Amino acid sequence: MCILKIESLNKRYGHHVALRDFHLAVPQGTVFGLLGPNGAGKTTLIRIVNQIIDQDSGSIWINGESLKLSHVRNIGYLPEERGLYKAMKVEDQLLYFAQIKGLEARAAASKIHLWLEKLSLIPWKSKKIEELSKGMAQKVQFIATVIHEPKLLILDEPFSGFDPVNAEIIKNEILELKNKGTTIILSTHRMESVELLCDHIAMINKADKILDGPVKEIKKNAKMHRYRVKLVPNPGMVLPSFEHYKQEEDHVSFTVALEGKAPNEVISELMDYGEVHCFEEIIPSIEEIFIQKINESHG
Amino acid sequence: MANKIFLVIKREYLARVKRRSFIVATIITPLIFPSILGVFLWIALSDMPLEGSKIIEVVDENRTFMLESNEMFVFSYRGLDREEAREQVVQGNRYGYLYIPDLDVNRPLGITFYSVEPPGLSMIGNLEAAIQKKLEEIKLFASGIDPEVLSDLKTPVNIKAMRLAIGGGETVSNTVVNYGVGFIAGILIYTFIFVYGNQIMQGVIEEKSSRIIEILVSSLKPFQLMMGKIIGIGAVGLTQFLIWIILIGLVSSLVMGYFGLQMPQQQLLEMSGSEMANWQNENTQLFEIMELIQGIDFYTLIFSFLIYFVGGYLLYGAFFAAIGAAVDNPSDAQQFMFPVTIPLLMAYMGLFIFVLDDPNSNASYWLSIIPFTSPVAMMGRVSYGVPWIELALSISLLTSGFLFTTWAAGKIYRIGILVHGSKVSYKTLWKWIKQN
Repeated sequence: MCILKIESLNKRYGHHVALRDFHLAVPQGTVFGLLGPNGAGKTTLIRIVNQIIDQDSGSIWINGESLKLSHVRNIGYLPEERGLYKAMKVEDQLLYFAQIKGLEARAAASKIHLWLEKLSLIPWKSKKIEELSKGMAQKVQFIATVIHEPKLLILDEPFSGFDPVNAEIIKNEILELKNKGTTIILSTHRMESVELLCDHIAMINKADKILDGPVKEIKKNAKMHRYRVKLVPNPGMVLPSFEHYKQEEDHVSFTVALEGKAPNEVISELMDYGEVHCFEEIIPSIEEIFIQKINESHG
Repeated sequence: MANKIFLVIKREYLARVKRRSFIVATIITPLIFPSILGVFLWIALSDMPLEGSKIIEVVDENRTFMLESNEMFVFSYRGLDREEAREQVVQGNRYGYLYIPDLDVNRPLGITFYSVEPPGLSMIGNLEAAIQKKLEEIKLFASGIDPEVLSDLKTPVNIKAMRLAIGGGETVSNTVVNYGVGFIAGILIYTFIFVYGNQIMQGVIEEKSSRIIEILVSSLKPFQLMMGKIIGIGAVGLTQFLIWIILIGLVSSLVMGYFGLQMPQQQLLEMSGSEMANWQNENTQLFEIMELIQGIDFYTLIFSFLIYFVGGYLLYGAFFAAIGAAVDNPSDAQQFMFPVTIPLLMAYMGLFIFVLDDPNSNASYWLSIIPFTSPVAMMGRVSYGVPWIELALSISLLTSGFLFTTWAAGKIYRIGILVHGSKVSYKTLWKWIKQN
């Protein structure tokens, strides 16, 4: 079951194409990474799903229903550009955000209390935002995004502007929400930051989707069957020329390709040259895969 | 949907009404007016006996100028010469002395006033009038006419203007009262639009620059947000206005009461029939004013004031919201203010130049029909009486006017709030309006 399904989506701004014949399916209960450089079309896509702007053509389904106004109740959105009313009290502000999402005042109040307790903000609930530290305001901002318990949570560059301590807190909250069944879309251009968090990713570059799939699968497909080796050569042994060969203090390091052989075969061949200290498969990072994909699409 | 607009209205309203600056302005402003009134009354009352006691020695070489003492001066004739009179003034026994040389009544030259303190303009004017009157009497007497007979000839006339209603009946109409009512109502609407329109603009810019806007529009339609803000701030204005009226009324009657001047309405209410008749005879002028106030069609006046107050505010409020959405900070807003300030200024100036001068002229008619100027201009005409067909035309045009500006502003607003950091021109705005 896909919580979000997008088909043949097109959006232009004048002559600039922001999204071209875009398809996407976000499985329920996953953390879905929407990756790509700035200006790739991520924010446009997110704004269309949030019904902030309209698409030129194409269709969008939420839980099998064509996207409509009442769906805002099911979506939580943390935009890249975000803020709060500075002169408004923490509690009042959260209540307002919950209410405009469609929550009843009484139901909202108890949820607000729970969240403030969870993120240790209770002593600050009657303070104005301008009296809070930046870190605390960021926590309030996060609560405002999730207070109405959305089924789909869309976070655009969620960790930008967060200090490391708060980023860690938010990361844990995201994982907890995922365990409760919330689907989370993480949009970012800093790919290394979400690699460990995402189950599934889609990569966008210049209005096109260039890669889409579960992280494990993508990584598996991207394997180049190369291994990094650390070896202490036998005395007097002359080594054949290896790639990335490097003389270290007490050992040498280089890479080898399997070339159709099993890893164990390669290891036993290497053992003839000396003592093998390390034999490790080289797995490309998401970023490396992305760059490789872009190069492929240009080639 | 309507529920969400209401949430925005509530937030905008409470956020402003709770502000300390709102509370201070709402309480202080109405106190200023009566306290100024109080200070003037106090000065006037405490000064009066002092003014009356100014004694002036007259040194008259002709021995014919017996000037009549008035509320400002008491004239003394002790037959002193100039040196003696000077002595009296310097010692402080006299405020000053008036020297009238031997003169020709047709060319009265050389009259001089001497005093230690420099006299005010009104004092010199008072002296001149007294001498002129005396000269007149002397001349009349010389030509054989009794001044008593002449003063009998002068009879004060006061024309009472009555307005005929087509259906029958008549009401008292007074240009001064109508002028005052039109003037105050027009200025109030003009000021209200500017002050609260600016608040709309500031509010939109605040949401834009603090980047709350994208969170808001993911929960609400931009149009709901814009209308909620315009209506919420309008409600703040109406609240402030209402409190002012109550406070001004309360404090003014307190101040007047302190000085023993009861409000005429109160006095009338407390009177019995015969007392009333007596009072009418004694206070013809006051009664006339009462009659005039009763002659004003208060229902039409209040009804149209509310319509034009709200209609004008909505019409221009939409403009202010669109301007706020198009810019990143208030200083950039200046370039887009012309479409707002020019018609409003035209309405304001038109009110004084045409409408209050002649409410039935062609210019007055058009100013009160065109929606951009009608909120201010029509208020200048209403107290003089406007045919209901013109009122209906003007109001329906105003309604379509604000529906149109709200529609256009909504288009600009929707796109503008998401645009950051780029210079927006009139051309860009036009493109936004055309976009679907």
